[in-house]
Amino acid sequence: MKQTLFEQRFADDWKTFDTVLTRLESNQKKQPSNDDPEMARFPQHYRRLCHQQSLARERGYSLSLIQRLDDLVLRGHRQLYRHSLPMAAPLKQLFVYGFPQAVRDQWPWQLASLIAFCLPLLLVATLVTQVPEMIYSVLDVDSVHAMEQMYEPDAPHRLERNSSDDLVMFGFYIYNNIGIAFRTLAGGMFFGIGSLIVMVFNGSYFGAIAAHLVNVGSHEPFFTFVIAHGAPELTAIVLAGGAGLRIGWSLVAPGRHSRLDALKHSANRVMPIMYGVFAMLLLAAFIEAFWSPRLLEPQVKYLVGSLLWLVTLMYFTLAGRR
Amino acid sequence: MIDDRLLLRTPEGAHLTLLPAGPLPRGLAFTLDFLIRIALYLGITLLLLAIGLFNTGLMLILVFLLEWFYPVIFEMLWNGQTPGKKALRLSVIHSDGTPLTLNGSIIRNLLRSADFFPLLYLTGLITMLLNTRFQRLGDLAADTLVIHLPDKPVELPTLPGQSIAPDWPVTLEDQQVLVSLLERQQQLGDPRVQELARFGWPEQHDKQAQQTAMAISRYLRGQP
Repeated sequence: MKQTLFEQRFADDWKTFDTVLTRLESNQKKQPSNDDPEMARFPQHYRRLCHQQSLARERGYSLSLIQRLDDLVLRGHRQLYRHSLPMAAPLKQLFVYGFPQAVRDQWPWQLASLIAFCLPLLLVATLVTQVPEMIYSVLDVDSVHAMEQMYEPDAPHRLERNSSDDLVMFGFYIYNNIGIAFRTLAGGMFFGIGSLIVMVFNGSYFGAIAAHLVNVGSHEPFFTFVIAHGAPELTAIVLAGGAGLRIGWSLVAPGRHSRLDALKHSANRVMPIMYGVFAMLLLAAFIEAFWSPRLLEPQVKYLVGSLLWLVTLMYFTLAGRR
Repeated sequence: MIDDRLLLRTPEGAHLTLLPAGPLPRGLAFTLDFLIRIALYLGITLLLLAIGLFNTGLMLILVFLLEWFYPVIFEMLWNGQTPGKKALRLSVIHSDGTPLTLNGSIIRNLLRSADFFPLLYLTGLITMLLNTRFQRLGDLAADTLVIHLPDKPVELPTLPGQSIAPDWPVTLEDQQVLVSLLERQQQLGDPRVQELARFGWPEQHDKQAQQTAMAISRYLRGQP
């Protein structure tokens, strides 16, 4: 068949397809309904077009015709394989099964991350407890003073906090902590080194502050403040570190895959963990802003905090088992 | 091919011709998005101040959302395009040609800070230049690439005229070259067409060679 005849025969077909595509492209948010006869015919129409495109290429028709068909095929492909986003069901699936299962499944990296966090924490804490001046090699004098003031047992600012301060702190914790978690994951791209540094740094920092505040006798304000939100927050940071290490390890030791394939694979595998980390840090920010600063009996705070730790541990050990 | 086009075959037999976008258009798109984000910060701050609801906490949440999820939200709503990418007619797709998924978008945008390291996307730029598809680290992990959306191709009108059967066994390549020459006759202009036609019919004069070439092309195209 000569090109002119081919064009004449299918011109209407292409025009209709173009109109349908233009319509689909203009309202991208709306899911096209299945009752629409044009939509029902769309896949069939698209396959016919693919066939015509192959013919045009095979028969050596002119480049401009092939280009026009290429354009229609690419646009059709982009519409046909468009993803819809039903959110509720996947979210339930994620938090009931996907997240805790992914954490257990990737236990070696999560364990490594936990060790990278806890070992420096214990070391630095012991060091600062034994040699109190060591705190100044971790923190500078001003930060130490700021910390001491913040957790001074009868500091006036702790009594005067109002709800607008709480909201400010909520925003700050979201911005700061979730940002840190995301960057911890990204740090994994450098063979896991970035994630390791974040874990070691945060572990030593936390250990140093905790030990120092015990030294100066502010342990009660400090621990009653951190115990509750610490459960989701510290866990989430460790999980983000583990996810980063998983990605880093796929680059260090890709096994039987190419490094690129191993990277793609591991990035997809850690995504449930990152969604979970995001949710946990939101929860932590909420607790840290609205519950932790409340001045209640220490027993109440320790009780609630321990309960949160228990729930967290139970979630990761028990949830998602079939 | 000497250009950087990427030819994909899909299971339904379609040929997808993709044109990966390089660092410059992507950098421009990023700059545009960056400016839009700044405008959004300013606009929302002023709005909140005007209605008396300004609060540092709200602003921090806003900064967090815009910093990490601005690209994700737009890439999901606009089929792989942020406003900056839309302006430059770029789009993010998976490297098998399918549209971007939520997972893909989140992976490539969470790993953005690795590409930014140590400053101004240096790692991302080096990675992009090291592979043929201009993928930064986030793209490699999410298996995505940024492509130029093709301009809408125009139909090229051909003038009717004499048509002669060729006197040699025409290959598909010959046919494609000649028909394309016919269609681009007006774009190229007579002198250039004549020059090109002389490669095929060196024994003829300029005008004559052009006429012969066009007549045979019309025959091959099936032009009345």
